[in-house]
Amino acid sequence: MWTWFYRLASPPYVYRLAAAFAPWLLGLAVLAMLYGLIDGLVFAPPDYQQGDAFRMAYVHVPAATVSVMAYTLMAVASGIGLIWRIKVGHAVAAAAAPIGASFTVLTLVTGSLWGRPMWGTYWAWDPRLTSELILLFLYFGVMSLRAAFEDPTRGDRAAALLAVVGFVDVPIIHFSVQWWNSLHQGATVLKFAKPSMAPVMLWPLLAMLLGFTLFFGAVLCMRLRGEVLNRERQANWVREAVKA
Amino acid sequence: MRAAAFFAMGGYARYVWPCFGLAASILLWNVWSARRHHAQARMRVLRAVAMAGSEQS
Repeated sequence: MWTWFYRLASPPYVYRLAAAFAPWLLGLAVLAMLYGLIDGLVFAPPDYQQGDAFRMAYVHVPAATVSVMAYTLMAVASGIGLIWRIKVGHAVAAAAAPIGASFTVLTLVTGSLWGRPMWGTYWAWDPRLTSELILLFLYFGVMSLRAAFEDPTRGDRAAALLAVVGFVDVPIIHFSVQWWNSLHQGATVLKFAKPSMAPVMLWPLLAMLLGFTLFFGAVLCMRLRGEVLNRERQANWVREAVKA
Repeated sequence: MRAAAFFAMGGYARYVWPCFGLAASILLWNVWSARRHHAQARMRVLRAVAMAGSEQS
């Protein structure tokens, strides 16, 4: 098991592994999302309080989950890169950042579209909304810090440090709806008690959550391949790999 | 009529459809951008290989 784990530090192995995983993850993601979309838009009944507006949850909740998941992965990969000086760690972090940032934008805009009819406003300086906005700035910070250094190794380390320190925002986002009075509704799915949502509405949401997560895995693999090529372009294996 | 009711989304159409439309665009952007990122990196290596080849001959 450990030898397999050590191989994950090898760029050529990761490059091939990502190529093998990407199409499967993408295919399964599309299937899960199609099911979630049809079941969520057509078969799930309107909510008793929010009517059909609740259907925005089917993109907002998975997008928000991926925005936080991508940051967590970026922080862990950055930590691995910083502590054990594993180059692949920095490559994973660099690949995750733009994907995570795009999902954070999606979360903020879909939340805004949902907020307008439900709360009467597109934006409020609410703890949940503000901490998610900070997440977006953290992504931008990590990305620009990496690009700001002439020496890529120093850029990686600076970006990794910010990614690790910025991880403090992740529990704040998650618990913000409990710690402070928030406009935002509380947890519906991710809690210890039974999810407070009817199964007919919950199943499509779970499918969309699975679909978005698999999709994140797929695009991460695809982007990671480019990242590894850029970083290893002097290596002999790269010259062989690109010919294929 | 049922199709019209579906697209009306109980009066929330102007919020629900842009929401799903943006989601589709962001997902597609991710695939496009990841593919382009890899293709550009690959082209860079191929050019470097070609340059090295022409210097040797």
